[in-house]
Amino acid sequence: MNFDYTDDQKALKDEARKFLTGCSPLTVARGVLENPAEGHDPVLWARLVEQGWCGAAIPETYGGLGMGYVELCALAEELGRAVSPVPFASSIYLFAEALLVAGSEEQKQALLPLVASGELLGTVAVSEGPGVLTDQAVAAQVIDGKLSGVKVPVTDGLVAQRAVVLAQGASGAGLYLVDLTGPGVSREFLSTIDPTRGAARIAFDGAPAELLGEAGKGMELLSRVQDRAAILIAFEQLGGADRALEMARDYALERFAFGRQIGSYQAIKHKLADVFVKNEVARANAYYGAWALSSDAPELPLAAAAARVAASAAYWLASKENIQTHGGIGFTWEADCHFFFRRARHLALVLGAPRDWKRRLADRLELRLAAELAEGN
Amino acid sequence: MNFEDSPEEAAYRQKVRAWIAANAPDMSHLTPEERRPWQEGHKEVASKWQAIKADAGYGCISWPKAWGGAEGTAIDEAIFNQEEARAGLQFNYFTTGLHMLLPALLEHNKDEVSLSLIPPAIRGDKIWCQLFSEPSSGSDSAGVRSAAVKDGDDWVINGQKVWNSGAQISDYGMLIARTDPDVPKHKGLTAFWLDMKTPGVEVRPIKMMSGDNELNEVFLTDVRIPDSQRVGEVGGGWKVIISTLMNERAAFGSVSGLNWRDTMKLAKQVASWEGTAMDDPAFREWLADLYIDAEAVRLLSFRTLTSLSKGTAPGPEGSVGKLLWSGMAQNLSSQALDILDHGGLIDDPASALMNGAFQHRFLWAPGLRLGGGTDEIMKNIIAERVLGLPGDVRVDKNVPFRDIPRGR
Repeated sequence: MNFDYTDDQKALKDEARKFLTGCSPLTVARGVLENPAEGHDPVLWARLVEQGWCGAAIPETYGGLGMGYVELCALAEELGRAVSPVPFASSIYLFAEALLVAGSEEQKQALLPLVASGELLGTVAVSEGPGVLTDQAVAAQVIDGKLSGVKVPVTDGLVAQRAVVLAQGASGAGLYLVDLTGPGVSREFLSTIDPTRGAARIAFDGAPAELLGEAGKGMELLSRVQDRAAILIAFEQLGGADRALEMARDYALERFAFGRQIGSYQAIKHKLADVFVKNEVARANAYYGAWALSSDAPELPLAAAAARVAASAAYWLASKENIQTHGGIGFTWEADCHFFFRRARHLALVLGAPRDWKRRLADRLELRLAAELAEGN
Repeated sequence: MNFEDSPEEAAYRQKVRAWIAANAPDMSHLTPEERRPWQEGHKEVASKWQAIKADAGYGCISWPKAWGGAEGTAIDEAIFNQEEARAGLQFNYFTTGLHMLLPALLEHNKDEVSLSLIPPAIRGDKIWCQLFSEPSSGSDSAGVRSAAVKDGDDWVINGQKVWNSGAQISDYGMLIARTDPDVPKHKGLTAFWLDMKTPGVEVRPIKMMSGDNELNEVFLTDVRIPDSQRVGEVGGGWKVIISTLMNERAAFGSVSGLNWRDTMKLAKQVASWEGTAMDDPAFREWLADLYIDAEAVRLLSFRTLTSLSKGTAPGPEGSVGKLLWSGMAQNLSSQALDILDHGGLIDDPASALMNGAFQHRFLWAPGLRLGGGTDEIMKNIIAERVLGLPGDVRVDKNVPFRDIPRGR
């Protein structure tokens, strides 16, 4: 029983925070906000690669450091806290996890070492536009190893060199590996609510596609990959939510109105206490998710959905109440509050909206209750 | 991060699970109504169970052996509580005494008489209640007006207490009285213990909005007790209040009452537009939100255990947990009535689904958000002690108690 990081993990997390405080201040995110075509900060990305972060949880046999998932969660929490404008989530939580979950030994051997070293940047391309992603809604198609269709939005779609694409095959939707720098791929910049996490519209027209995992099992495999990514992203959300709360707290201490600190009014105190409670709910569920992920526990799917729902709700509340606590200044372009507000919603949508995950959670709860009843508990 | 039992913990769990299964008291003779807290039959079973536990060393697991405990770890105690809950054996009659008042008494009083109060409390033969709150001293817990005046070697106490859980069945109480009205409010308080049969102590039950009687008023008229029943220093009552409340926060963790499982079981029995309420997307979304809060309450108790096992003081999770579970009780009972539709109106245990447990909870839940520190007090604690925001402006802080403005 240990509801906490170990001392070693804490030391890693402290180092990560120091590192990001130095090379990923909010001015870096602002730089990308002002030049959205960039989509990320290449200098910061190079620094992360140099530090070996890409390979943190990738097994040593595939060229990674094999540190473990709780360690990766610690890094995610710090990246979220720093609102770092980097394609880490796409390449590590999604692309690398898709390879680990669905890839053949050959595919893993060929690509994971490149992801771990940062030489290859990957992403996933699943959505095709507004609305919930279902099996039937996938129109992209692979015929004779050639992919055609449009994927939009694809986060980090402009900078990634490879993508795992969800498309219909002969036996239903499947996952396919596609070289985004190859023939039959055209990508264009897409403006989004969070320019610090760039996105693209990608049109495929006969692009060579290689099956990843079993044919026709795309939705099932994707769901497994997303469960793993949901836990890692929950840590980014948690880190951001904590920092948004700290910003609001700090401002409430320095701002005076009616002759005293605004943080001495219960209207502000109780609001921020509510944010703290939501953050603790997110932390508890995220920690449980980290344990499930690192021990590959059977509770993983339920824990992942709970972590995602809780962390999305927490970041949303913390980021909007941070603006509210700041008052008018919080609503300006110049203030930093909107980085958190934008990132909160980006992270809540990028794997499918909380609505979708509440549905998954309820499905999994039904399975769990049925299993408990069968065991006679 | 590890949420599994260590091999020792797993072995302990297995041992107590088997022991509980072999020794659990029979409740089959009780009607659903009699199984509710504060009903005579329920209390009888609880006392019997407490004695069985005490004989086997489970009466007060984490206490020192010298005081009748088993010197187990806080984790052992928590595991035992979880296993009791699993077996449907959750009784709150002894918690106030064993987990809040008596640890504070023993921290301040080491005399023979005080020690002699312990064994009968562990066996469930004697029940303790808290006599802190007053009509004008609720959240403002230092605003106590009941006065204790020294008379030779005795103290004579006059005043009124209220919201005293279990006073109607208690044998002993711990009381806070004002011994000096000429100093600021926190400084003039003193704690005492007393026998509830002392002349001048009158308990009047309060009928709560749920129709139950857990709470009471206690009137104190010329109650004479010896100075040896004083707990801590004269003027040190606030310290005693704080140490009992700290014990209370540490004792949270195993929460009784209806949960997400019960709500799902109900939903599966209730018709909706298509299928049952369990098939209704709105209900499913609500259930997901309920579940993350319920998980947080469960997991935060692990954080308390982690702190205790490392020998550090538990953090703010007690206040967070209290806010969450009391809010959940209201949320889930209200939702249950909604999905029952017209049937939500029926609270007759003989005909309502699940014996009307949700209707009963619905009428009880408002009190959960008030007792043991209101939502508002919990938020103040979080804002001030965790986030470091300033305390409220206190107009009564450096004023002698007798000069503090008072309403009716």
